[in-house]
Amino acid sequence: MIFGVSIYEILTVSTIIFFIGIYGFVTRKNLIAMLMSVELILNAGALNFVVINKYLFPDALGGVIFSLFIIAVAAAETALALAIIINLYRLIMSLKTDDLETMKF
Amino acid sequence: MERIIFYIISVLMITFAVMAVSNRNLMRSIIYLLFVLLGTAAIYFMIEFYFLGAVQLTVYAGGIIVLYVNSVMLVEKINNPLPEVNSKRRLLAGIISTAGAALTITAILSYNFVHIAESKATETNIDKVGKALLNYGDKGYILPFEVISILLLAAMAGAIAIAKTNKLKKNNESK
Amino acid sequence: MDLTYTVLIPLIPLFVFLLLGLNYKRIKEPVSGYIGTTGLLITALMSFYTAFQYFFNYGKAGGVYQKIYAFNTEWIHFTDTLHIDMGILLDPISAVMLIVVPLISLMVHFYSIGYMHKEPGFTRFYAYLSLFTFSMLGLVLSTNLFQIYIFWEMVGVSSYLLIGYYFEKPSAILAAKKAFIVTRFADFGFLVGILMVSYYAKTFDFKILTDLSFIENLKMQSGIFMGLSVMTWALIFIFIGGAGKSAMFPLHIWLPDAMEGPTPVSALIHAATMVVAGVFLVARLFPAFYFFDDGFALNVVAWVGAFTTLFAAVIAITQNDIKRVLAFSTMSQIGYMMLALGVSGFEGHEGLGFMAGMFHLFTHAMFKALLFLGAGAIIHAVHSNYMQDMGGLRKYMPITNITFLLAALAISGIPPLAGFFSKDEILAAAFENNMPVFIIGYIVAGMTAFYMFRLYYRIFWWNNPDYEHKPHEAPATMTIPLVILALMTILSGFIPFAEFVSPDGAGFHSHIDWSLASASIIIGVAGILLATIFYKKESELPTRFVRAFGRVHKWAFNKFYIDEIYFFITKTIIFKYISGSFAWFDRQVVDGTMNGIGNGTVWISSKIKGLQSGKIQDYAMFFISGVLALIMVAWLLFN
Repeated sequence: MIFGVSIYEILTVSTIIFFIGIYGFVTRKNLIAMLMSVELILNAGALNFVVINKYLFPDALGGVIFSLFIIAVAAAETALALAIIINLYRLIMSLKTDDLETMKF
Repeated sequence: MERIIFYIISVLMITFAVMAVSNRNLMRSIIYLLFVLLGTAAIYFMIEFYFLGAVQLTVYAGGIIVLYVNSVMLVEKINNPLPEVNSKRRLLAGIISTAGAALTITAILSYNFVHIAESKATETNIDKVGKALLNYGDKGYILPFEVISILLLAAMAGAIAIAKTNKLKKNNESK
Repeated sequence: MDLTYTVLIPLIPLFVFLLLGLNYKRIKEPVSGYIGTTGLLITALMSFYTAFQYFFNYGKAGGVYQKIYAFNTEWIHFTDTLHIDMGILLDPISAVMLIVVPLISLMVHFYSIGYMHKEPGFTRFYAYLSLFTFSMLGLVLSTNLFQIYIFWEMVGVSSYLLIGYYFEKPSAILAAKKAFIVTRFADFGFLVGILMVSYYAKTFDFKILTDLSFIENLKMQSGIFMGLSVMTWALIFIFIGGAGKSAMFPLHIWLPDAMEGPTPVSALIHAATMVVAGVFLVARLFPAFYFFDDGFALNVVAWVGAFTTLFAAVIAITQNDIKRVLAFSTMSQIGYMMLALGVSGFEGHEGLGFMAGMFHLFTHAMFKALLFLGAGAIIHAVHSNYMQDMGGLRKYMPITNITFLLAALAISGIPPLAGFFSKDEILAAAFENNMPVFIIGYIVAGMTAFYMFRLYYRIFWWNNPDYEHKPHEAPATMTIPLVILALMTILSGFIPFAEFVSPDGAGFHSHIDWSLASASIIIGVAGILLATIFYKKESELPTRFVRAFGRVHKWAFNKFYIDEIYFFITKTIIFKYISGSFAWFDRQVVDGTMNGIGNGTVWISSKIKGLQSGKIQDYAMFFISGVLALIMVAWLLFN
């Protein structure tokens, strides 16, 4: 618990970072950049878990452990996604989202 | 004092986050992302979750960022700026994000959280976390722990398989 | 006694039809003919036995011939009184038909072994003949209106199949279609009549429908429409069906074209049996025709018959195709039968017309079948249907010549041949009851003699053209039926028909009124003499007369343009204006609505398909916007 800082302020910060992540996810035109935005979103989520654990349920450990898991999952996800991206780059020599429209109507 | 530090960290995190999603140089974006992750780690340290902060630093700020840097160096020319995003889309995304953030913050602020005063007995240290992870009792997390370990293994195998697809194909063809 | 065996009478031809029809590629030419003829021989013997037993053994009860259900089984049950049965009804007229139909059919089966020799589809021909015989026997033995309707349509189908037997010939296909459509159109009237009867009388059963007390009851109850009782209307509709089958004016147009079929088929179906089904139907429902509205429907029958007999006789004089002459002659003679039924009374000697109609049906079947089979033999020999290609054939074909002459004399009403007796009784009945109809009948008797002998002289006398192939007498399979039928033509007139067949079933003694008979003999002989003058030797006389009559002859030669009128009505009026407007409505409004829906969907989708851009980011944006919108709505609602 940070002295003098309430839960509201920390949650506000995490919310803002979360939506910055969404903004990035929607606007970025490069697959790696989109993945980075996802990292921001995950980070904000993990931060929320930790803060709520600390401020509201100090006796429990659930939030911390979930954050650990989030970090682990994020690592796995990043590794896999980057593997896919590299493979894709080998196939079409591009990472622009405009070139990846095969799901179009 | 701590409050001021928190505010500074917060402002820095938001600033770097904005820069990470808007900078047109990919390598720089990654570095800005690193700063955001560092800020998160700082907050973990400030609320006395030292182990978590350490994991954040090593895995996230260390491992994942390095992974990003490597892959960017593999696929992009570093000096090539990212393509311009049209302003209409940026505006639309900005409006949606701002509206979402405003909505969520309003919801958070209007909710009455019940603070619980911290007691010394509930200090969270590495010892406790380790025991909780390996405990199969009432408040144990052994099952998710094992699942995550298998997930990581699978992810590792999958990443290798995907990245090496072409070579595998070639091997099959030569056979 | 047990009469269930009568079921076999129609079922044997059905069995033969199935046997030949299902194996028509395996059973080869002569065998199928033998199978068909043998099957029919059995049927014929059983039919004759049944008819004989009926007339002389068990048919009469208390001096009156009864309607006996030899077999009856309920097929479809609607109400306790209204149900459709399948059964065998024996009464005088069906017993008469039990002699006519199998006899003629047997002759035709036998004859066709020679006539259809080496035709492709020989087995098919016999299968169709058996199907027809089955349907016709089922028709005459029906116990109720619905059963008769079913077999009515089945004879229509077999007639269609047999007319279209030479299906490579476009004219045969057209003729088959025409016959089927015209009779089908008339049968619609029949169906309407049946439905009206089922609604008002609440029964299909002939025994009940012809029961006098039932008719009296029904007269009290049934409603009035346009001054006539509903039952009269129903009977008129039923008569439309009968008129279609029997080629009464104006539904006669199919019969001349039906001559496209093989000649034995014309003899069987279009001269002796199927075309008299209309007469049979009227006779079957005779009490109903007679008693409702004092016989209004019967008057309609009489006048339609009288008009048709005159109309057809006029056309018959002008035709050159010998089969067409015979076809119009058939129409004319059926008109005679209708006329006879139409002028008949009910009780005792009053029923002379009814009896004479059935008698004429019987004798006409014999000599008209004989004429057709003779014509078949001639066509077989000359390979042409047209009189112009014939002449002097008496030297080449003596048997055909004599039998044909006998039949022509019979149809002209010369005693002591069969036609004389039946025709004389028709004229007597008309004379007693309806003078104008009698006059028409009398004139037609003379015309009949004239055109028949025109035909006869033109074929067998006239000049002696050079035939490419020398004509020769037909083989024995063809001449034997001719001889048998000629014997029947000579003898059948002496049957005391009135003893057996009368409207009330009691029978009466008919006697020949010699003053009237001599008048009819005179006009018959006059017609023959006139024909002799015109046609015995080749002369210019007919051509001159044709020129003298000019337009009248042309009209008659073209059958008074009835076909063209039909064409005009259907093609120009119905197809172009009525159907055309429906087609427009269908294409523009109905299809337009459907196309509009389809095009509208395509148009909308082309406008909104851009939403599915294939980009994850767009989808994410929609998703987030949607979630935000939902949250806002929820908030506004619950806060």
